[in-house]
Amino acid sequence: MITHESSATIRNEREESQLVQGRFRFVVVVMLAVFVLLGWRFANLQVGEHELYAARADDNRIRLNALPPNRGLILDRQGRVLAENRPAYRLAIVPERTPGLDQTIERLSDLVPVTAEELRRFERQRQRSRRFESLTLKSNLSDEEVARLAIQRHRLPGVEIEPYLTRHYPHGELLSHVVGYVGRIDERDLRRLGREQYRATSHVGKTGIERYYEHLLHGQPGLERVETNAQGRVLRVLERSDPVPGDDLVLSLDLELQQAAYEALGDFAGAVVALEVETGEVLALVSKPGFDPNLFVHGISQFDYSSLLHHHQRPLFNRFLAGGYEPGSTVKPFIALAGLEAGTITPETRVFSRGWFELPGHSRRYRDWRRGGHGWVDLELALAESVNVYFYQLASELGIDRISRELALFGIGRATGLDLPGEISGVLPTRSWKRATFGEPWYPGETVITGIGQGFTVVTPLQLAHATAALAGRGTTAPPWLVVPTESARMVEHADEYWDAVFDGLEAVIYGPSGTARAVARELSVRMAGKTGTAQVFGRPGDEEEVAEREHDELPEHLRNHALFAGFAPLENPQIVVVAVAEHGGGGARVAAPAAARVVRAATELGLLRAEEQP
Amino acid sequence: MNAIMPRPGFGPTLRWRLDPWLLGMLVILMALGCLVLYSATEQNIGMVWRQAVRLSMGLVALAVFAHLPPRLLRLWAPWLYLATLLMLVAVLLFGVGRGAQRWLDLGIIRFQPSEAMKLALPLMLAMLLDRRRLPPDWFTLGMAAVLIALPVALIVMQPDLGTSVLLGASGLCMLFLAGLRWRLIVAMVVALAAAAPLLWLNLHQYQRHRILTFLNPESDPLGQGWNIIQSKIAVGSGGLTGKGWLAGSQSHLEFLPEPHTDFIFSVLAEEFGFVGVASMLVLYAAIIGRGMYMASKCRDSFGRLLAGTLVFLFFVYVAVNVGMISGLLPVVGVPLPLVSYGGTSAVTLLAGFGIVMGLYSRRRFMG
Repeated sequence: MITHESSATIRNEREESQLVQGRFRFVVVVMLAVFVLLGWRFANLQVGEHELYAARADDNRIRLNALPPNRGLILDRQGRVLAENRPAYRLAIVPERTPGLDQTIERLSDLVPVTAEELRRFERQRQRSRRFESLTLKSNLSDEEVARLAIQRHRLPGVEIEPYLTRHYPHGELLSHVVGYVGRIDERDLRRLGREQYRATSHVGKTGIERYYEHLLHGQPGLERVETNAQGRVLRVLERSDPVPGDDLVLSLDLELQQAAYEALGDFAGAVVALEVETGEVLALVSKPGFDPNLFVHGISQFDYSSLLHHHQRPLFNRFLAGGYEPGSTVKPFIALAGLEAGTITPETRVFSRGWFELPGHSRRYRDWRRGGHGWVDLELALAESVNVYFYQLASELGIDRISRELALFGIGRATGLDLPGEISGVLPTRSWKRATFGEPWYPGETVITGIGQGFTVVTPLQLAHATAALAGRGTTAPPWLVVPTESARMVEHADEYWDAVFDGLEAVIYGPSGTARAVARELSVRMAGKTGTAQVFGRPGDEEEVAEREHDELPEHLRNHALFAGFAPLENPQIVVVAVAEHGGGGARVAAPAAARVVRAATELGLLRAEEQP
Repeated sequence: MNAIMPRPGFGPTLRWRLDPWLLGMLVILMALGCLVLYSATEQNIGMVWRQAVRLSMGLVALAVFAHLPPRLLRLWAPWLYLATLLMLVAVLLFGVGRGAQRWLDLGIIRFQPSEAMKLALPLMLAMLLDRRRLPPDWFTLGMAAVLIALPVALIVMQPDLGTSVLLGASGLCMLFLAGLRWRLIVAMVVALAAAAPLLWLNLHQYQRHRILTFLNPESDPLGQGWNIIQSKIAVGSGGLTGKGWLAGSQSHLEFLPEPHTDFIFSVLAEEFGFVGVASMLVLYAAIIGRGMYMASKCRDSFGRLLAGTLVFLFFVYVAVNVGMISGLLPVVGVPLPLVSYGGTSAVTLLAGFGIVMGLYSRRRFMG
């Protein structure tokens, strides 16, 4: 059976066939073994390890997204918006979907400026992100940037332009110290507030109302189980619980009065506090200069931050809450009340001011601000003309313990508990405080200067306003508040004639022929009472207003004294308290009293006084 | 030629040479393939239709090759081999294709010479080996080695690792079936092991990368390892009974790479589970078993070697593809025969089965 001619040898067909058949059997066995191996492999994957791979398939497919709640708005008492949420766009990258991440970022920075700071932040996020999470490279894109990116987007895989809501403060510096601001959430915030609640939240209240009421403003995050494809694109929502938006907060503050108070200080740095006497509602709360809180929302640049930090008027410093000032002469009404209560003086007691006061057996002279002295003065004139000798003598006769007790009743040296973070307590001068602080006994000379608000006493403008509210309310007022009302309480008890006597003196400050603040009388449409004061910057006890009057224009600005005024209106039925502090403003009469008068006038014009008369 | 010899070829009566068993199983396989393809192409009926047309063309090729007399095959083998070899050279010079040059653009159609070589090489080798007695002597072995090495080398240069593996394997298979001595086989394995480092140095960067990621897919889970990992997830998550037709999340959410071509078995595994996989493997095993049986029954060594090698080629397709998608083998571009989308390999394979049927139909009916 030879079918072709070139066979060199005789072939044994049978032998060959057996050889090939044997090899066939071998190959078939190998094939069978391979099929068994494959089958075993699939049994292993699909039955043995099924649960592992099923979980990984779900992991692939299903993503849990936390949904950020909308932050509550902050409104003034009339419902005007002080903090709102605005739509914005951010540039986000999913590194896993971006081939050539470095080149992509480089290309992006040709389209929109990306700062070194933003790059650092991006890298930080990257180190602790989950797979297929989108990471923000740059937030708050301008419209032009959005447009530029949108055109190039098809060339930039893994790059997204994501819409989001960003916090915005339409009134900028006007309310920066009250409303505060939100900033990027950091590790410390997460530890403080709880990771679970803030999984979707990028910003958190850092100062002011934003921080104090973070728990109300934030709301509850929602949760979404979504199915995604390999590119991480969401295909459908499997399950969703909506986020619960945060509460809107209505502040007791009046935006227009705030505006008036801010302007009332003119170019001076300082603070203005306006309170409702009866309820403790804060109507205006100014620390000037403020700053633009919007800068902090997207991460303030190094340059902006350092120029705020090194500004000579320190705009970041919250003066009404953390500014400790000597009360100066604004303390005199409280000293007078202590004297009346103790019987040390009556309204008619007369003291002769020859220009200075000496403690018996001491040679040190405590000066009046008027070089020649004020002559014979009673309580009313002593308050009206701010006669130091009268109060030196009264203080030294009262003794520090009675003074301390009286000041403590009015809340000096104690935080008011206003619903804002960062309030300091000030200093109430007492024997025990001095011993604790300096390890020294109290000296009689220190009592003398405490009588005119110098020495150790430190108040914040807010504290002084609260004390003045207690005075205006004849001992009764409520602690100041912005959001959550406080209970009105009787803080101090005195006989009516004592209150009347002090009120007469405070009225004479403005309406008396020689009152220190008589210049503001013509600006007022309601009758106001109050007291001027000067807080020393450059210590020379006893000089007080004299320095202010005489040297105001000669001294370099940063050495000029702080001007204070604490007053209330209307006199017959006090409703509003205004405290103004003008830093380096010289005398209280010259700068602070007119500022306070302007606030009272604005409150009158805005109807804040009449409206409050009804309830 | 002896005129008295019975003529089982084309004669006065045209004999029906198709094997109903093998043909039936192939048709079932292709039908199931279209079902899976429908799911894998995101229910693109147009693509399924195109695939059905190609498969029909393959069946025509099957019928034509089944009726070619072995005499002609033997006669044409050297010319076919030579022509294909020249085309492989031409591909390297003028070829088109992304990344690798695999196609010749002939104006109207694009032709892949490496596919034709899958038929030409076994034909050529079978002819060569059948010229002398088996087992082959040294001269024949040397010739065979050159005949195998030339096209494999040309295809490696394209570069197309998958096809060269298939070709090399089918060549070696034929030598083995022809009775290559065991001593020589052992010597070759040892030599290969010794040459492995040299081979490694001559691989393309992407080929080395593939082998490295095969050894440890998690080292590059988003790049080269992605395919293996996602395919294993698809397979494993299918479980015993699967997620249901058209319901595979890995396949339809784009996690699986190329679900309608090389990774179509993963789609089947995900949607039909182990039950589907086992059924499919049994069907393949039955086709191969039937093929091997038919090959072993051919009337002469030429027929047995040729048919056995063509069936073995089909087997290598299945084993490499299924081994790859289950992570047993590195990712090489080998489609699942008669199921993956794409026409050329289906036509070649069906033509091969045609040859098997033709040879089988000319077997001797012995008692």
